[in-house]
Amino acid sequence: MYNNLFSPDSIAELTVAMQTQFPKAIWETFYVTLLSTALAVVIGLPLGVLLVAGEKDGVLPLPKALMSVLNVIINLLRSIPFLILMIMVFPLSRLIIGTTVGTTATIVPLVVAAFPFVARLVESSLREIDPNIIEAAQSMGATPMQIICKVMIPESVPSLLQNFTIALTTILGYSAMSGIIGGGGLGKIAIDYGYYRYKYLVMFAAVVLLIILVQIFQSVGTHLATKSDKRLKK
Amino acid sequence: MIFQRFNLLMQRNCLANVCFPMELSGLRGEKKWREQRALELLDIVGLKDKAKAYPAQLSGGQQQRVAIARALATNPKVLLCDEATSALDPKTTRQILELIGDINKKLGITVVIITHQMSVVKEVCNHVAILDDGEVVEEGLVSTVFSAPKSAAARHLVFPRGADIDVSDPQQQRRIRLIFRSAKTTSIPLVAQLATEEGISATVISANTQKLSEEVYGSMLLGVPNAQFEQAMDFLRGIENLQVEEASVDVQ
Repeated sequence: MYNNLFSPDSIAELTVAMQTQFPKAIWETFYVTLLSTALAVVIGLPLGVLLVAGEKDGVLPLPKALMSVLNVIINLLRSIPFLILMIMVFPLSRLIIGTTVGTTATIVPLVVAAFPFVARLVESSLREIDPNIIEAAQSMGATPMQIICKVMIPESVPSLLQNFTIALTTILGYSAMSGIIGGGGLGKIAIDYGYYRYKYLVMFAAVVLLIILVQIFQSVGTHLATKSDKRLKK
Repeated sequence: MIFQRFNLLMQRNCLANVCFPMELSGLRGEKKWREQRALELLDIVGLKDKAKAYPAQLSGGQQQRVAIARALATNPKVLLCDEATSALDPKTTRQILELIGDINKKLGITVVIITHQMSVVKEVCNHVAILDDGEVVEEGLVSTVFSAPKSAAARHLVFPRGADIDVSDPQQQRRIRLIFRSAKTTSIPLVAQLATEEGISATVISANTQKLSEEVYGSMLLGVPNAQFEQAMDFLRGIENLQVEEASVDVQ
């Protein structure tokens, strides 16, 4: 692999690839990751709230059976390796998008894999809240919905933002894997050129770009999280 | 209600914290009115200039004052203070108690204080109920309960345990507790009179002055030899504005 890595042929291939393939790939990875994370948050946030609020001593106790089912489904989806989950979700992709191939189609398995992860992250953020604050809100006559919307979620915003950044960078990694089943983006380049054609320099270039993307997402996420935290003395 | 650890919403500024109970009670669409009222409440507690500050930027005493403003937002008839000063230093505690006393007098709001600090009760309260093991064992005016506690729990709270027990010999002495209810009584040289006029040698086991609800009470614990006990009691009972009772041996 590392012999002749920087040979004139490799560098020529890389230059061509950079001009033709990379710009589109960067954009595809970028928008697939952001869109999948956003949808995973839309589904995962309410589920995470339910996991905490629906407990026996929670703000909005739900039937034990419902809570068990919720927990089991989330654990199940978390356990299946992503590569296998991607294939198992094909019928769903066909149903929603009409095809199993292509960049947009990979959003479906990505969201299915991500939303249980996001739900657990949200659950852990909400559990960090001081229970005394909830007690105080109850003493002021707040309804369960008011406690969830005005106390639990706003008070955990910095922690939620940190956790969503973790989700974002994780999903970025998953999206690279989706190159195997016909997805697009930087993952596809890495696998096509690297695994199938042995053009390792191009593969490394794709990896470097993925690293840069992760760095950007992480920095922006952490910055937003600390900026939004009013507990920190500025 | 106010709490020991304030329980303010840390991601909201002080003004929004005071508005919170008003939001909960469904006064939507009247944000300007809510904020106006919140500013007035912050003014009452002396923190109008900190309206846009966040709780993390305030000291403990200031946070408790914001919590008090928040508690007053819905015009309550009763303010419940759950160990409100237990997390504050003595100086700040005094300031908060002064504020609570002001609120009680000026706004006519009844204040119920839960505390384990006797100094707090002595300084601001008029009535007291003492709980032991979940039951009310004694209640009454602060002046009555603190100067002459009857129940064991009350006695343990009011009188510090100490060398008193060791000093007096229960075999030879019986003990008399005296409570001076006016300045005139304290100026009577009781122990000297017991000695010169009655010939009783009394030992002073302890003597104390305390301010209870705006008035000053003196108290004294005398030890008197068994034989002269009745004589001493008769003499003391004859003095005006002096509360006399025997203090049993297992309690100071």
